[in-house]
Amino acid sequence: MDAGTVGSVVTVVFFVLFIVIVWWAFLRGNKQKFDDAAQLPFQEDAVDAGKRQTD
Amino acid sequence: MEATYNYKVVRQFSIMTVVWGIVGMLVGVIIAAQLIWPTLTEALGPLAPYLSYGRLRPLHTNAVIFAFGGSALFATSLYVVQRTCQTRVLSDGLASFVFWGWQAIIVMAAVSLPMGYTSSKEYAELEWPIDILITVVWVAYAVLFFGTIMKRKTQHIYVANWFFGAYILAIALLHVVNNVELPIVMEGGSWLKSYSAYAGVQDAMVQWWYGHNAVGFFLTTAFLGMMYYFIPKQAGRPIYSYRLSIVHFWTLNFIYMWAGPHHLMYTALPDWAQSLGMVFSLMLLAPSWGGMMNGIMTLSGAWHKLRTDPILKFLITAMSFYGMSTFEGPMMSVKTVNALSHYTDWNIAHVHSGALGWVAMISIGSLYHLIPRLYGREEMHSVKLINVHFWWSTIGVVLYIASMWIAGVAEGLMWRATNVDGTLTYSFAQSVAAIHPFYMIRLIGGSMFFAGMLLMAYNVWKTIAAGKAVNDARIPQAVAA
Repeated sequence: MDAGTVGSVVTVVFFVLFIVIVWWAFLRGNKQKFDDAAQLPFQEDAVDAGKRQTD
Repeated sequence: MEATYNYKVVRQFSIMTVVWGIVGMLVGVIIAAQLIWPTLTEALGPLAPYLSYGRLRPLHTNAVIFAFGGSALFATSLYVVQRTCQTRVLSDGLASFVFWGWQAIIVMAAVSLPMGYTSSKEYAELEWPIDILITVVWVAYAVLFFGTIMKRKTQHIYVANWFFGAYILAIALLHVVNNVELPIVMEGGSWLKSYSAYAGVQDAMVQWWYGHNAVGFFLTTAFLGMMYYFIPKQAGRPIYSYRLSIVHFWTLNFIYMWAGPHHLMYTALPDWAQSLGMVFSLMLLAPSWGGMMNGIMTLSGAWHKLRTDPILKFLITAMSFYGMSTFEGPMMSVKTVNALSHYTDWNIAHVHSGALGWVAMISIGSLYHLIPRLYGREEMHSVKLINVHFWWSTIGVVLYIASMWIAGVAEGLMWRATNVDGTLTYSFAQSVAAIHPFYMIRLIGGSMFFAGMLLMAYNVWKTIAAGKAVNDARIPQAVAA
């Protein structure tokens, strides 16, 4: 394969991969998981509630 | 079982962020003044060559990007990775090595650049011995960061860490590839002067593949990591859409690497490569604005906080400048616009809208959030001073970029104006005279931004004096999945 063909194949593969990532990100079943992940910066505070000194 | 976070390395880097910010911006003010009064430093006699514009300019860019921006990124990435992974850094010794190694690199840069040692590649001017040290420290940083992620106690890797991780990997790749060089001692010359292994247009393309991705991964991706942690924390609410943040992350990574050729429009670079760079630059608008909206919309339903919280003002204004400069960038990469903007001060306006408005402001906001927590205080010594700092910075940036926009467009129009017989309408010196007043306004704007950093230093000093270094920040033991 010449460089042009390799480039074309890689472009198509990356594009498909990207579509899959977007589909995966918006999959209904993953919603709860991502909502939980969004709370990660705050979990520490829930545990440490009232102990602002070490927050 | 270890029970506390390593705040020492975060503290060290946070303080050095303020110190190097002042140094780097002071050099910026000096070179802005030199552009108005070119003989400014000549009275210094034997010192003058070391302070000439050509030597100070790379010192300014390296200091603000790698010393100020770099220290801010080390501080925040090592803080965020520990807290969102709920674990202490992989190794305290390695953390110390990264800190002292990076400071040594900065000092070497601050000595070697004024002495005239340069490999002449923009944003990669440092000579090969320093390049090797950067590689060593960077690998140590990568081991420290990814090692910390590997021993995390949370199941998920928070999105901010993805952005920091992409930045660490991409910068390693860019730095090593662009700095393949050979000292001319091989040909009987100096040990401390090297030349690139690439030649001609390949050298230019490798350089701007590096240069643009230094902007893309150092000055954008990494600071977005900062955004994804500190905006939600300061606003007290989770990121607007976590799913959008995933799409934002991957879109940026897929597209950014290909935008470099827009720095080489109308050069010897093949036309197809220029067009490719332009198309990918235009596509970048989508993830950039998606990310900006994700950050700003986090405040949705809590807009009132903007009125009273100057830290949030810094963070959200940073996002606005991010949106502005990432709109401007793709526009400037359009060939017809580039024909006007290239080589003019419009570039300087664009880069400072990003560097001061976005990078510096998000860093300053994050540090104001961070420093009280590192010293066991509720908040900074003076919230009022943060507000003053915010307004000085904002007015300073606006004066800076507006004046450079006008100067840049004036230059572009004057340079390309031709008479009926095809001769140039204006000499270069005439365009220099035309932009003189705008250089004055730029100096005023830049000085205001610099003065804001002095206010910050005072505020940080008072906060530290009244506080006590926190070394017992507990890691939550009951971990929810």
